Amino acid sequence: MSSDLVEITLLSLAVSGAATLVSLLIGLPIGTWLALKRFRSRHLVLSVVNTGMALPPVVAGLFIAVLLWRSGILGGLGLMYTPGAMVIAEVVIATPIVIGLTVAGLGQLDPRLELQLQGLGASRRQTVWWLWREARLPLLAAVMAAFGSVISEVGAAMMVGGNIAHETRVLTTAIVLETGRGEFGNAIVLGFVLMALAFIINGVLTWAQQRGPRR
Amino acid sequence: MTPKPGTLIEVRDLVVTRAGRRILEVDELSIRRGETLAIVGPNGAGKSTLLLALAGLLRPDRGSIVVEGVAVVPARDLAYRRRIGLVFPAPLLLSTSVFGNVAAGLRFRGVGSAETRERVEHWLERLAIVHLRDRPASQLSSGEAQRTSLARALVLDPQVLLLDEPFVALDSATRAQLLDDFERLRIEVPTTRVLVTHHLHEAVRLGDGLAILLDGRIRQCDTPERVMASPIDADVATLVKTEARVRGHVVASEDGLVVVDTGAGSRRDVEGRARRLLGTMRATGRAAPDDDTGVAGGP
Repeated sequence: MSSDLVEITLLSLAVSGAATLVSLLIGLPIGTWLALKRFRSRHLVLSVVNTGMALPPVVAGLFIAVLLWRSGILGGLGLMYTPGAMVIAEVVIATPIVIGLTVAGLGQLDPRLELQLQGLGASRRQTVWWLWREARLPLLAAVMAAFGSVISEVGAAMMVGGNIAHETRVLTTAIVLETGRGEFGNAIVLGFVLMALAFIINGVLTWAQQRGPRR
Repeated sequence: MTPKPGTLIEVRDLVVTRAGRRILEVDELSIRRGETLAIVGPNGAGKSTLLLALAGLLRPDRGSIVVEGVAVVPARDLAYRRRIGLVFPAPLLLSTSVFGNVAAGLRFRGVGSAETRERVEHWLERLAIVHLRDRPASQLSSGEAQRTSLARALVLDPQVLLLDEPFVALDSATRAQLLDDFERLRIEVPTTRVLVTHHLHEAVRLGDGLAILLDGRIRQCDTPERVMASPIDADVATLVKTEARVRGHVVASEDGLVVVDTGAGSRRDVEGRARRLLGTMRATGRAAPDDDTGVAGGP
């Protein structure tokens, strides 16, 4: 069990970490753009994003499964039942969370701050960097929420990963399996490992969030 | 367009609309090199909008802002934005130290760390906040924060310093002190300045020129003395005068003595008061004695 546990834990961390990173790379620029731009259909787009924040993981898993299935549009990639498929599904789950919380976080800043930065001669890139820096508390909360949502989800991981031993088994799918077998002791150990992992990651992020001068 | 001699900024035919309403319409405004132009108007007159347009941060519906003969490209002109300094009514400091805030604009411009340190220290000293150098901006009083904001703009050695009601959020003691400092700096550092305020006394004290902005239009732009003495119309007269305006009939004006018949009795004023009174009457074109539709001021 112990070598399996390490393997499952590392895969959980790798899949969730990769999904969080990719969702940040996609969600942060889109969220920033939505927060700073004013256009006619902005409310509609924000409503879609906010709905996406409540997307049930199993539905995300279903969509990705349809795409990655052998007969699906992306079936040729051969990603179904691989960690890659799990990352894609979890990116779909986490990205709306990152976008929505980025819009909310930047929306809390004084709208004149952007003008003040530009008035100080900041380029577009420098302006965005400083706005992120000023909104770092809510933005790190977005990172925590995104990571929390993907490390704890089971529906999508099960659907596109298949819970294959030594290939796609992660902590959440292993817990489901052990519980199904009646191995409650194993399931509880896996549950504690999952919670400890979430605690450590969020502890580091909270430390990063709270250090430095506060406004 | 060839700029007039001595002119740094020329605004032509500038129109800004919001939600279908025209909030700014400036046919012409020239700002001379080295002058401090004070723009005065009531709340909602369009003062801050004009300042943002001058900063190149606002895309007008029409018109142009020409600086040294070169038109500013609104909202895109980084090179122009790096020639200005901008101070808002609220300090809008970044979540870093006082030093970090004052250094921000220099770092945006890629100024080296040694030069940045030297220039920042210089302005921290001049604005008497050098002892706050390492303090987080969140721990400053409102006066200290606004001094930091001024230092942050002045350290850039801007060609044009744009100030949007920089003293409005301060208590009266801090305000008086900062006004003194600002007046001193105005003499010592001959930068072109545009000061937006709704306090006439600030504008008269600090401005070489005074522009009166009402309902998005510049009604009068001249020296503060001339605007105060000869308001161009009744609205400007109302803004620059504190006296109640009374319709009356000028009976006599001689040796600084004015007699006005208001219908409810005669009023007599001498010397200084009479001069202000005549200013109001000139504003309405009724300076001559025996003009039976004249306007006089003073209760």
